[in-house]
Amino acid sequence: MVGSPFTNLFGQSPIRPIQEHIGHAHQCAVLLQPFVEAAIKNDWDSANALYKQISDLEHKADEAKTKLRANLPSSLMMPVDRGDLLLMVSKQDKIANHTKDIAGIMVGRQMQIPLEISESMRKFVEIAIETSAQAVKAVNEMDELLELGFKGRVLEVVEKLIEELNRLEHENDELQIQVRSELFQIEDSLSPVNVVFLYKVIEGIGALADAAQSAGGKLQLLIAR
Amino acid sequence: MEILAQHGHLLLIIGCIFAFFMAWGIGANDVANAMGTSVGSRALTVKQAIFIAIIFEFAGAYFAGGEVTSTIRKGILDPDLITNQPELLVFGMMAALLAAGCWLLIASIKGWPVSTTHSIIGALVGFAAVGISVDAVNWGKIGTIVASWVISPLLAGTISYALFTSVQRLVLDTENPFQNARRYVPIYIFFVGFMIAMVTLLKGLKNTSLNLDFGFESKFLNSMPLATAVGILVAIFGALLLRRVSEKQPEGNQNRYANVENLFAILMIFTAAAMAFAHGSNDVANAVGPLAAIASVIESGGEIVKKSALPSWILILGGVGIVVGLATYGFRVMATIGRKITELTPSRGFAAELGAATTVVFASTWGLPISTTHTLVGAVLGVGLARGIGALNLKVVGSIFMSWVVTLPAGAGFAIIFFFILKAIFG
Repeated sequence: MVGSPFTNLFGQSPIRPIQEHIGHAHQCAVLLQPFVEAAIKNDWDSANALYKQISDLEHKADEAKTKLRANLPSSLMMPVDRGDLLLMVSKQDKIANHTKDIAGIMVGRQMQIPLEISESMRKFVEIAIETSAQAVKAVNEMDELLELGFKGRVLEVVEKLIEELNRLEHENDELQIQVRSELFQIEDSLSPVNVVFLYKVIEGIGALADAAQSAGGKLQLLIAR
Repeated sequence: MEILAQHGHLLLIIGCIFAFFMAWGIGANDVANAMGTSVGSRALTVKQAIFIAIIFEFAGAYFAGGEVTSTIRKGILDPDLITNQPELLVFGMMAALLAAGCWLLIASIKGWPVSTTHSIIGALVGFAAVGISVDAVNWGKIGTIVASWVISPLLAGTISYALFTSVQRLVLDTENPFQNARRYVPIYIFFVGFMIAMVTLLKGLKNTSLNLDFGFESKFLNSMPLATAVGILVAIFGALLLRRVSEKQPEGNQNRYANVENLFAILMIFTAAAMAFAHGSNDVANAVGPLAAIASVIESGGEIVKKSALPSWILILGGVGIVVGLATYGFRVMATIGRKITELTPSRGFAAELGAATTVVFASTWGLPISTTHTLVGAVLGVGLARGIGALNLKVVGSIFMSWVVTLPAGAGFAIIFFFILKAIFG
């Protein structure tokens, strides 16, 4: 007895896999803090080891994404829109991708963070990671959302979480401007190529926070079907 | 005529064996679907589900199975056309039972979608149209039955949708879901008890000599007070069970609603019983309807009587067959199904079960043979439409629709073959 038509009616809910996926992506982002710390200290052994971990986690997130996509046939009836869900996954995935890109550039060039901007840089990375953590919080509300059939007071809870997410991303933007201007102050004393890549790294960190915010935005779309 | 006189007892015994075989098939396979929702949502263990199924399948068959049985026995064929050849009816009914039983067995082994109702109806129509004549089939009645196959999932879906939405409003989406669950779950339990009692009083007590007369206008109103009393008693019993559920969140559970779901799991004990009762009332009748026809022809010495009391031993035979099927094979199927349906939490499972059970029980009282599984599928889709279930494969709905299309001619084909074999042996 393989399965009756009745059992086959029930597909696997995408909610747990999507939560797992953002979990991997966020773990990846968390490692950026010690990584940047190692780069400030010029400790490239630790940085390399951390880069390897980041790379592994990014790979894990990729696998989770692929699996999720494979298990979402268009014949599936879900409480949320399939297209929005897939968009949300790709936004979540960008959190991990940006983290790996940033770490990759820095490891490859053994890029030292100038001491003058290290303080702002720390704060900048910290808030980017917090933004990602806030997105995780919002996505983790999805089982409560399902429990209430995507209606009612849980919507307000999610709205509040997303408001905070937007605030964090905005704060991260402000920090980005600050780090850039600090870098601009000292860029004449650095090698031009290094400066170009520093700007790239700063952009990447901003993009990480941005991806987290976009994931939250897609969650809002999902709810408001 | 002389065939029946000569072989009457033998034919009746063979008929009993065939009916038992089909009932066994239903118990081995079909019951698992009916009870799978309770096992899947962890409201019941497989053992508990079997225990409930045994009692209530049997009760449903005995108290509310009569109407469907008589539809199958005399609503589908026009007996006037075969009054001078009653043995044809006996052969045909035996062939139909064996055909449906075999088809169930094959489909179970292959893991195909099956419906006991569709296979027996297909078998009956097949043998009547080919073995007697196309006019022997009561096409009007068949039309009603087919229409009910479409209407029943829709109705069940509507009821489930409404039930689930009411749970959202009254319990889940409130300041204190746990308190509200404690307050409202007994009301749902009352509804379950009331409905089952009502159906039993209206239709089932023909088998017993209990006569209720409170001096009201109709039988319906006469049944009301007692059904209400039963509902209240059952609800009180349920409320006592609910007290044993603690408000503390279970250890290690992330879900804020875990304790509320535990209350709904108690409710599912009752809806599972209702589901088993409904299934027994409708699907057992599929197995014993033809047997009742065989028995009535043989016992009346070859007369095809339109009105004859349904002997209760026949319903009991069907009930026992189902229970044996459950105990020998069905529990394994139930365990499999229970493992697979994990996306259904008690607050949804109960809505689906109650929606389906209500629909099936009422169809039974109208004497309409409907497919319990299809009705349940409709009910689950109703909850899905209320955004209550993580993922449902709509492709399966297509495959179930296909199963209608395949099962009818398959049942018919088998029945025609067996009919001619029986005719050759005895005729």
